[in-house]
Amino acid sequence: MAAPLTLLVIVAVTIRAALFRSSLVDVISERVEVVSPLTAWKRVVEGLALLDLGVSPYSGDVFHETPLIIYLFHFLVDYAEITFMLADVMTAVALYLAVKDYNKQVFRKQKYALEADRYPHDCHELIRSPTEMFYIPLKVAMFYLLNPFTILSCVAKSTCGLNNAVIAFFILSTIKGSVLLSAIFLALATYQSIYPLTLCAPALLYLMQRQYIPVNFRRVSFWWFIAQYAFMYLGSLCVIICLSFFLLGSFDYVPSVYGFILSVPDLTPNIGLFWYFFAEMFEHFRLFFLCVFQINVFFYTIPLSVKLKEHPVFLIFMQLAVISIFKSYPTVGDIALYMSFLPVWSHLHRFLRNIFLVSCVLLACSALFPVLWHLWIYAGSANSNFYYAITLLFNVAQILLVSDYFYAFLRREHHLTYGLYLKRKDGSEATLVLK
Amino acid sequence: MAAYRCYYPAVLLILCSFSVFVVADTEDATLINGQDVTALNSPQTASKTAAQTAEQPAVEERQWEATASAAAADDQDRTPDTPAPGAEVQPVVPPVLPEPKDSFQEELVFRPLHSGDIYASFQFRTLWETDFMRGNKVSHYRLFPKSLGQVISKFSVRELHISFTQGYWRTMQWGQPFLPSPPGAELWVWFQDSVTDVDGTWKELTNVLSGIFCASLNFIDSTNTVEPSASFKPLGIGNETDPRFLRYATLPREIVCTENLTPWKKLLPCGSKAGLAVLLKSEKLFHSSFHSQTVHIRPVCQDWQCKTTSWELRQTLNVVFDLHTSGQSKREWSLFKMFSRTLTEACPLASSSKIYIDITDNPQGEQFELTPATTLLSQAVVLGDRRTFSVYDLTQQATFGNTRSLNLLIRWKSSEGDMLRPLLHAERYVAGYGLQTGEIHTLMYNNHPYRSFPVLLLDSVPWYLRLYIHTLTVTSKGKDNNPSFIHYQPSKDRVRPHLLEMLVQLPPNSVTEVTVQFERALLKWTEYTPDPNHGFYVGSSVISSLVPSIVAMDTNSTRERPLFSSFFPCKEESSYFVRVYTEPLLVNLPTPDFSMPYNVICLTCTVVAVGYGSLYNLLTRSFQIEEPSPGLAKRIANVIRKMRGVPPL
Repeated sequence: MAAPLTLLVIVAVTIRAALFRSSLVDVISERVEVVSPLTAWKRVVEGLALLDLGVSPYSGDVFHETPLIIYLFHFLVDYAEITFMLADVMTAVALYLAVKDYNKQVFRKQKYALEADRYPHDCHELIRSPTEMFYIPLKVAMFYLLNPFTILSCVAKSTCGLNNAVIAFFILSTIKGSVLLSAIFLALATYQSIYPLTLCAPALLYLMQRQYIPVNFRRVSFWWFIAQYAFMYLGSLCVIICLSFFLLGSFDYVPSVYGFILSVPDLTPNIGLFWYFFAEMFEHFRLFFLCVFQINVFFYTIPLSVKLKEHPVFLIFMQLAVISIFKSYPTVGDIALYMSFLPVWSHLHRFLRNIFLVSCVLLACSALFPVLWHLWIYAGSANSNFYYAITLLFNVAQILLVSDYFYAFLRREHHLTYGLYLKRKDGSEATLVLK
Repeated sequence: MAAYRCYYPAVLLILCSFSVFVVADTEDATLINGQDVTALNSPQTASKTAAQTAEQPAVEERQWEATASAAAADDQDRTPDTPAPGAEVQPVVPPVLPEPKDSFQEELVFRPLHSGDIYASFQFRTLWETDFMRGNKVSHYRLFPKSLGQVISKFSVRELHISFTQGYWRTMQWGQPFLPSPPGAELWVWFQDSVTDVDGTWKELTNVLSGIFCASLNFIDSTNTVEPSASFKPLGIGNETDPRFLRYATLPREIVCTENLTPWKKLLPCGSKAGLAVLLKSEKLFHSSFHSQTVHIRPVCQDWQCKTTSWELRQTLNVVFDLHTSGQSKREWSLFKMFSRTLTEACPLASSSKIYIDITDNPQGEQFELTPATTLLSQAVVLGDRRTFSVYDLTQQATFGNTRSLNLLIRWKSSEGDMLRPLLHAERYVAGYGLQTGEIHTLMYNNHPYRSFPVLLLDSVPWYLRLYIHTLTVTSKGKDNNPSFIHYQPSKDRVRPHLLEMLVQLPPNSVTEVTVQFERALLKWTEYTPDPNHGFYVGSSVISSLVPSIVAMDTNSTRERPLFSSFFPCKEESSYFVRVYTEPLLVNLPTPDFSMPYNVICLTCTVVAVGYGSLYNLLTRSFQIEEPSPGLAKRIANVIRKMRGVPPL
């Protein structure tokens, strides 16, 4: 398996290196879909330039990266291209290893269930075979490395790639069962952008499942494990925050990074829902809707955890998708991360209802983004509504995609319990509905 | 001192009595000009004040003073019948008139321009020896406008400079103006260091000034105010240069018109009733290519020793009349043609009232002809160039001649002649296309043939054009020209603008190009001006420099000067201060659709609801086998059976 992965990495690096050398770099790095005010490489360079001038990069409203990113690129600014390529490769390898391990566990569980004869007899079609699962990790790595979204993000040197790498390492360490590393990487991801905080729920569920700790509020072991994890998480977060404080000698970055993420002052167009909504918002409702939209990102964590408590990895996928749809400054790099998980759920394809329509819409929107942007900004023959309409459609397509996968997942679980070919009481073929 | 007093107690007593006498004496004596007693007494008072102010006065000086006073005392003792010299003249002076501590001067300068246009600059100067900072004690105003005096004392202003300008000064065609100003309104104020809340005071001050001058100065807020560290030094006395007490703001969009001129005229002691101010009629003044009116208040020295300070209020009005838009075919200008008035008298309150006409390029009268002619000539070094002026003194009745009115006429004889290129000038433009990014180019020209000089460039760019300082390039003659000093303050969204100040050395005879890239922000729909597609103004860059003087440029002229004076090129007037303003910029920003707030809110909320709804649906419901729904008749029957309490079908 190492050889195809190496080949894949070589291909991916070659594509990126070729694009870095081409004239497309300047065009790509200006694209609002690829870089957001939070992740733009231009702003990282600006922050470094401000440091050189002796001005705190957080005294202005251009730089919104965390101090660790400044520290990293203080040394690596000349090797930025290699850093970003390396981050992508590491993300892909981490996802590869994580999915490989996860598949092993899935297969083992399925074997136990089969041996215990827990599945209904007509469910043989739903049982996953090792040959089908063999190429999934490679497909995941391929989906990440060869996804045009990832490639664009990497070529634009969007720091989203680094955040993705941190999240991928978090997933890998969680699936490998390393509590400490999981907490550390989760703290890093939270520190980079607040939203991955919601990933603590699937991590806890997964680690508890692995350590055979029942999810039961009345059990001491449950609370003890949560306290352990919270201690490790908060401890590493504290260390990171103190480290950033000592790097720049002030807490200026807190309002400039987290305040910026939460209060959305920069309305530069992007693929998300926030920019036009808050550009057109009535002033006295602004705070209300800001709270509603931000809570919306965190809101789904608890119900999803309750529903998917047996399937934490699918919960991770759901959370990543929800974050990348509803976060304040989304870029295509965020979408690439959750899309790389799609091959893991390839066994759900028979239950997907509108995957064809959704993928068509996603493809069409991706093509229309630059077109309508050009019409609005450069040609002047369209206005902001055109671009806004495309972002709306794109987000609707993403929502449909995610909810479709969720539906398919729940339905497969239902069939695994109640049998694939359901019959009514009178013996005729039944249709399954949500009630 | 104490020991000294012990030695000469008697002498001290006499000294004290005499000093009181002398002080009264000199005050009266200055009133009657040309008395010898002034000269006699002044050294004594001078040395006395020196002794009072200095902590450790020299012993010899004190001795000299003591002997002098002793001699005077001897004088008094010896001749008790004849009064002292001061007392001798005292009965002559009526004591009811105190010395007026304020004075007023007015001036009008004309500079005929080579294009046939004419540049007229009014200067009104009110000087007042007073201390505004003593609280509300200043209540008696004579020449100084009370409204401004109250502003100075209430807001603890140390220096205040306002200008309102319509049109752009074309340096390459017109040369340097006497007093440069950027298009729109400009305001910069130095506060006293006793002010604790500078920003609050500044906010109040701009609102008050907005009322005084009928201008939109109340639009000055933190988003267009900067604290330049080097470009705007105090012009008056005072060595406090902490930029925390300086505020600078421009409103490039401000339109200047009659409503700003009327309150400005009211600040003059004679109003527009007499003196040069009768010429200020708005129907003509605003029918011009350039119009600028300013108010400058600063503390200045009363005398060359700077023992007492007084406040100077300088009001200037600069106007350039265009030959073509005035609709005349002949190249000639008269006071009447320019202002539709002639002059009949000086302002009676003015201590001097003069008209200057720049005739440097016209020494033999070959360029233009002046009527009535005047024999009075004056030379002055203006902006590093030695200029000759014809002077008309309005306080002299002879100036007005028989007709009792002065209508100056300047008639061109030839349209030849060339202007010396200004040594420093600058221009600015926005490059790039589309509404996403752009680049500001500032070009600074050094036209000096062999001398390079440093300039301070100040740029204040609104926050919605996000500057990227790492893209800053300074090139001259195709090479990088690294600024020796950069002061950059990045912007904060909706709070403060970008401030970029840098010191650049301009090589001789070169163009220096400063470029910096910016990104255009999308604003909230309420933050746009009512005409958003007109664009947003960016205030002028300010270039401040000490430019080598044109007089000093001429190293070869040994014609008129003795040889021993002309070897080293540096002279005391070897450089002069120039401030150059570039054009303001007009930048378009991307706009949202202003008619759509409801639609956008509805549509976005719908998408969020789709997300919420589909997840909610899957989270709360469970899969069940669909039961065929019973027919309508069966359902109705069931409802009836339920009411009857019978189990349903």
